[in-house]
Amino acid sequence: MKLNELTAHEILDLIRSRRTSISEVYEAVTDQIQTTEKDVRAYVRLNEKPCHADALDAAAVPVPIGIKDNICVAGQETACCSKILAGFRPPYDATVIRKLKASGAVFVGSTNMDEFAFGSSTENSCYGPTRNPWNLDCVPGGSSGGSAAAVASGEAIWAIGSDTGGSIRQPASFCGVVGLKPTYGRVSRYGLVAFASSLDQIGPLTKDVTDAALLMNIIAGYDEYDSTCADMPVPDYTQALMNDVKGLKIGIPQEYFVAGIDPEVKAAVTAAIEVLTEGGAVVEEVSLPHTEYAVATYYIVATAEASSNLARYDGVQYGLRRQPAAVRKNPLIDMYEETRDAGFGPEAKRRIMLGTYSLSSGYYDDYYLKGLKVRTLIKQDFDHVFREFDAVVTPTCPTTAFKIGEKMDDPLSMYLSDVYTISVNLSGIPAISVPCGFSKHRLPIGLQILAKPFNEEMLLRIAYAYEQRTEWHKRRVFER
Amino acid sequence: MIKTKGSKIVTQDDVRYIASLSRISLRDEEMARLTRNLEDILHYVRKLEEVDVRHIEPTSHVLPLKNVYREDRMRPSLTREDALQIAVQQHEGFFKVPKVIQ
Repeated sequence: MKLNELTAHEILDLIRSRRTSISEVYEAVTDQIQTTEKDVRAYVRLNEKPCHADALDAAAVPVPIGIKDNICVAGQETACCSKILAGFRPPYDATVIRKLKASGAVFVGSTNMDEFAFGSSTENSCYGPTRNPWNLDCVPGGSSGGSAAAVASGEAIWAIGSDTGGSIRQPASFCGVVGLKPTYGRVSRYGLVAFASSLDQIGPLTKDVTDAALLMNIIAGYDEYDSTCADMPVPDYTQALMNDVKGLKIGIPQEYFVAGIDPEVKAAVTAAIEVLTEGGAVVEEVSLPHTEYAVATYYIVATAEASSNLARYDGVQYGLRRQPAAVRKNPLIDMYEETRDAGFGPEAKRRIMLGTYSLSSGYYDDYYLKGLKVRTLIKQDFDHVFREFDAVVTPTCPTTAFKIGEKMDDPLSMYLSDVYTISVNLSGIPAISVPCGFSKHRLPIGLQILAKPFNEEMLLRIAYAYEQRTEWHKRRVFER
Repeated sequence: MIKTKGSKIVTQDDVRYIASLSRISLRDEEMARLTRNLEDILHYVRKLEEVDVRHIEPTSHVLPLKNVYREDRMRPSLTREDALQIAVQQHEGFFKVPKVIQ
């Protein structure tokens, strides 16, 4: 295997035993970018060749990483793949960036995403779509599609994404990599461009579960700059990689295996559950009765918060400013409207309008407040199951990656592709997606594991035990 | 229950009004497409009418966080020059905007 096809922990072993250097690893990554980036288009911006300190202390993690374009890096363009933020160079680092810099991370570039993370396919980017490395006619998923595609193609060793309704896990599933959405409050969002503040979390996309644990060790923890960040100790997540699921109680929600699931996905996930059973886990069917309301609830709550968060893009302080030639209402209102019309893409406009509608006078109680109440019921479903079970296992997505363009004219069908990932964000719990098979068309399938709040260790433990019994995570897309 | 106007949930007039609340100017073809999209989505969202929430409290936030305080002390922060580097237009240390009062 080429260096860029290795995992971060394999690379760290080689660097620490002086069998390779960070320069060689970085070169392998940029060679890969030279070869495949013209097809995959995982990045929207590549960084200049970094200066490598080859003499690093033993705790350093000098691994080439891709960063989603909605996470602020001081002095470097951070545009959220939106025209309204094109050219925006934040004057500060996001907390996760500060932590990664301190760890010795090597920043490869900014990865593509749906504009403001609005989407499930990375097609809503002002820079154009990323393609799935496993099949260039297919989407990589979204919104962290660039991060997932970069890791899958070996154009980064690992990457950072953000997940508001499945935006780490769904692209991880479509691209055959590991994606972890931490508990709400586990990772600081300071410097993450806000989409839906009660749902957003930053998390890792990696080639295997060990790497997910290592990256969580770097990014998790309290931050006084994010008042929603939990002041709780961070465990060493690698301690959870014990390859033992004996006696763990795992629930399988019957509502996730109904109409709409691709038979190949169902078969792969069923086989994965069998692997856990053989490992000694106690698997039982459970019910999450409000699952069918999750998508509707999410698209009320998330768009309401988005419409409020995106009110700041008005041309006044930073980002795009447009002024019509002739006065229409008055020069200030004209500037707001012209700037927002020119700066936001169709999906951003759709979500701002939907959110504004459900928050507006006369509709608030019927939509927004109703959504928040159903959210309580969805969360209670999980509270109830987790009283008895250690984890819940489901497919990550009902299907494998779909074709580019297939759902672009039908927003509702795009929204429904998040049906298995959305409840997790509404409930604030952590979840991970790990590769669990391939379709006959050689497209990856993902297994999703869910656990109680702040129990990422349970996710990693079960995911690692599964991984040790299978080979899916060892497949590389460009290997001959 | 969610109100309806005839058989449609949203009319073009509603969409025009929401667009003005959202401070987005829309071209006619966008208006027609968005009206159609919002109709489809809101129709789907009405699924929530089936759920009885009479005795349910809303969840706006999943963590049991109350107000988060910090000590009121000086600490380093961005300088005015650094902050204004991102300004579209600036004038003598301020963000400059179009004339508001005629």
